[in-house]
Amino acid sequence: MMVNMSLATCLGNSSRALKVSDFPPAMVLSHRLLVVYPWTQRFFDNFGNLSSTSAIMGNPKVKAHGKKVLTSFGDAIKNMDNLKGAFAKLSELHCDKLHVDPENFRLLGNVLVIILASHFGKEFTPDMQAMWQKLVAGVATALAHKYH
Amino acid sequence: MVHFTAEEKAAVVSLWAKVNVELVGGEVLGRLLVVYPWTQRFFDNFGNLSSESAIMGNPKVKAHGKKVLTSFGNAVKHMDDLKDTFAELSELHCDKMHVDPENFKLLGNMILIVLATHFSKEFTPQVQAAWQKLTTAVANALAHRYH
Repeated sequence: MMVNMSLATCLGNSSRALKVSDFPPAMVLSHRLLVVYPWTQRFFDNFGNLSSTSAIMGNPKVKAHGKKVLTSFGDAIKNMDNLKGAFAKLSELHCDKLHVDPENFRLLGNVLVIILASHFGKEFTPDMQAMWQKLVAGVATALAHKYH
Repeated sequence: MVHFTAEEKAAVVSLWAKVNVELVGGEVLGRLLVVYPWTQRFFDNFGNLSSESAIMGNPKVKAHGKKVLTSFGNAVKHMDDLKDTFAELSELHCDKMHVDPENFKLLGNMILIVLATHFSKEFTPQVQAAWQKLTTAVANALAHRYH
């Protein structure tokens, strides 16, 4: 995906503002996915108690995994001109070992956009939204790229 | 038929009561046209859609957005009977407006995102889940009469 400088700068700025690795959104990403799309819980069988919204929200494995996923998104921002290359290994992992339907990458992207929207409010302008949707779509495609 | 639990209905209805339909409607449609530019093809006669500010400030976009979201208000009142509620609109979008039903899902996503920007912490995962379910069901209802 070829992306121009201003998009990369804008995304870089907003992800730095998020303090991607520490910020609560890092932790709520997995929570929201598992609550809003409950069938995604099937991929996290060994995460312990996911039996209710409060169980999911308090689950430490869910928090840790959300942080891991969001850090990986941070890598996407640094490699926006070569998402397919950047995510090649993760793509193979999700296909061959984790057996995740790639449609779920789009769902995760949607959840991330909504978290950004709810955190940034009015600051999450239509243009900023368009940039982030383009990025999450690019990442979803890159993650699906090595599927066979 | 989609079944909404009492909690899901409550989550939808209580948030809806706080929504400024005119403001949010305009923003929802505006964002659709900005984020998914190909949707502009359905609004040829809306005038200037050449930039984000043109779109978001366009009076026809605001007016039509209000109309669309008002119709969504109908969905909130008829959550147990969406297919019938949207039967006529479904036929209209298929036969007269020739809109690819995929776009209904995109609009649904925009509604969620605008609600998230407006309601922030109040837009909890549970509230999001209920609204996600509703927008998906409305999209399906709008596609139901397609042939």
